Amino acid sequence: MRVALFIPCYVDQFYPNVAIATLELLEKHGCKVTYPLKQTCCGQPMANSGYEHEAEGCSQLFAENFAGYDYIVCPSGSCTLHIKHHLHTEKNAPEEAHIRKTVYELCEFMVDVLKVDDIKASFPHKVGMHQSCHGQRGLHLSQMSELNAEPFSKPGSLLAMVKDVELIKLDRIDECCGFGGTFCVAEEAVSAKMGKDRVADHVRHEAEYITGADMSCLMHMEGILKRQNSKTKIIHIAEILNGIDN
Amino acid sequence: MHSKVTNHADAAIQFNLDEPRVDWHDKTLWFIREKRDLASHALPEWEQLREYASQIKNNVLSNLSQYLQEFEKNAIANGVIVHWAADAAEHNQIVHEILKKHKVDRMVKSKSMLTEECGLNEHLEHNGIEVIDTDLGERIVQLAKEPPSHIVLPCIHWKKEEIGELFHEHLGTDKGASDPKYLTAAAREHLRETFLTRRVALTGVNFAVAETGEFVVSTNEGNADMGAHLADVHIACMGIEKIIPKQQHLSVFLRLLARSATGQPITTYSSHFKKPQPHQEMHLVLVDNGRSVQLGKEDFRNSLKCIRCAACMNTCPVYRRSGGHSYHNAVAGPIGSILTPNFDMRVNKDLPFASTLCGSCSNVCPVKIDIHDQLYKWRQVLMKEGLGPTTKNASMKMMGWVLSKPALYDISGKAARWVLKNTPFVVSNGMNPWFKQREMPAPPKESFKEWYKKNRKN
Repeated sequence: MRVALFIPCYVDQFYPNVAIATLELLEKHGCKVTYPLKQTCCGQPMANSGYEHEAEGCSQLFAENFAGYDYIVCPSGSCTLHIKHHLHTEKNAPEEAHIRKTVYELCEFMVDVLKVDDIKASFPHKVGMHQSCHGQRGLHLSQMSELNAEPFSKPGSLLAMVKDVELIKLDRIDECCGFGGTFCVAEEAVSAKMGKDRVADHVRHEAEYITGADMSCLMHMEGILKRQNSKTKIIHIAEILNGIDN
Repeated sequence: MHSKVTNHADAAIQFNLDEPRVDWHDKTLWFIREKRDLASHALPEWEQLREYASQIKNNVLSNLSQYLQEFEKNAIANGVIVHWAADAAEHNQIVHEILKKHKVDRMVKSKSMLTEECGLNEHLEHNGIEVIDTDLGERIVQLAKEPPSHIVLPCIHWKKEEIGELFHEHLGTDKGASDPKYLTAAAREHLRETFLTRRVALTGVNFAVAETGEFVVSTNEGNADMGAHLADVHIACMGIEKIIPKQQHLSVFLRLLARSATGQPITTYSSHFKKPQPHQEMHLVLVDNGRSVQLGKEDFRNSLKCIRCAACMNTCPVYRRSGGHSYHNAVAGPIGSILTPNFDMRVNKDLPFASTLCGSCSNVCPVKIDIHDQLYKWRQVLMKEGLGPTTKNASMKMMGWVLSKPALYDISGKAARWVLKNTPFVVSNGMNPWFKQREMPAPPKESFKEWYKKNRKN
């Protein structure tokens, strides 16, 4: 199984530990992983701002970098969703359809493809689970509170295999954190307020850590927690699943 | 009543100056979202109902002209006078003509978002006709000289103490009184007198049934019935998308509407109007006002499935924290943000960006409009039209260029990390909107790519 590792640009630059954890986790579960060295960004920041036409270069580069693998795995629901829905270059090469079909967010890859049933990790902490909207409502990583349907959670089922994790309950299980890409600066007032409210729900329920499958939401909430000098920290789910000494 | 707000982000800044009030507004609307969840989760067939409703409305949109003609034919046969209005101005003129014909200068009106959209009240007031809104929430905002902030709960942004003050000033209630029962009783008395003395009543339309020519008006207060039954002339105004093919389809829509809107199993009054009473005149005004243009846009046509339940507003985390007036249109929130650029792209170009694209709106929508996907698509249309600010156009072009060149990306990333580490004041200052309420990420000593090159071989 040839797996290409797709690391979001801001994770590459600011959260290398998340990428390392993702790589090691996939290797532990038997994947032959390659990180295509010429990758940059999926193009989502431009596209979500209304500039799909300025993301053409990114899309072409992505299609070149990620052609020819069995699977593409990314520790971000949002970037995965962008590729799955919006990778369409002017060339419209057949590889693009293959990429769109085989790109997976890390948790769904572990549950749906690797069918992981054992995780050797322990994390003896109170943890709050943040659902990133693109992962949840876009990729259906978890059931959505709006729908009248059976509950499930792919990240949740993985965390349940980790020793000693105590998952806390939240008042609003899947409210958006307010990051929203360029929304976080274009609509700073609402974005920050949403972030403060989301963080408060976790803190109120005594979370030591907020985890999730999208580092962008976590980066936004980390910024707020740090400004508040909060003791609550953020941690990407890959780091917990990979086993980290805390 | 038109809004003075022109830009969502600016209005949201103002709204957020009073944080406890934002918390109150958010919790009030979240309470309604939770009521909606309880009501919808209690029906095992809920998702099936949404699918039926969506398919019925898709069928309507694909055969709209046929259903409209069928409806018109049946309504005329029932004795209703049918009018067609191409736009807001024509709609207002038709209503005005009817009032002039009857030599009437006062009218009662129950809730109609269409008349808000058309600016009917201002038009009539400008022509010396007094309009009294009879929906309690609408009456409150009318007394306050404000537009509604929500299509189902027009004064949801008002606290009961503030309404007490307003009523004290306008209706003579006791100073400092804020008991909702007392205030409602005062409003009821004030409106009762109005109902008895007005000869013309205008109502909206929730559903118009093609096969029978009847229309259904849903209210919780019974104010539409009170107005329409007591008046000599009943004028009902509807957007052309309000058609449903058959009466039996009401069994789908009426169950969805109230549960989605307020979490009630059914609206208190679902009144069927079919023919005028003896000695009464009944008019129906069918309004296009941009709807057929929207129908012609493949990506956006299914926004016309909307039944105005406002579930998307109640669930929207942005709406709850920016308030309905920040959308500067009669229909606010996510649905307003995909409907209004069709009226005027330039004026409403900010609205598709007033969203994180979280997708909760599409999930609560009882007719399954892909609201968040349409927000994304409107963004593409607006920026391609060149409606983006020059600075944004330039920065996006630059970003797209840098990110398509791996070597440039590596250098830029390294530079950004260097700045964060060595000269953080360059970004950690008041000029950076991120930094206003959030710290910047701590710069790591190396990027993942740099680590990978040292630790793995491709």
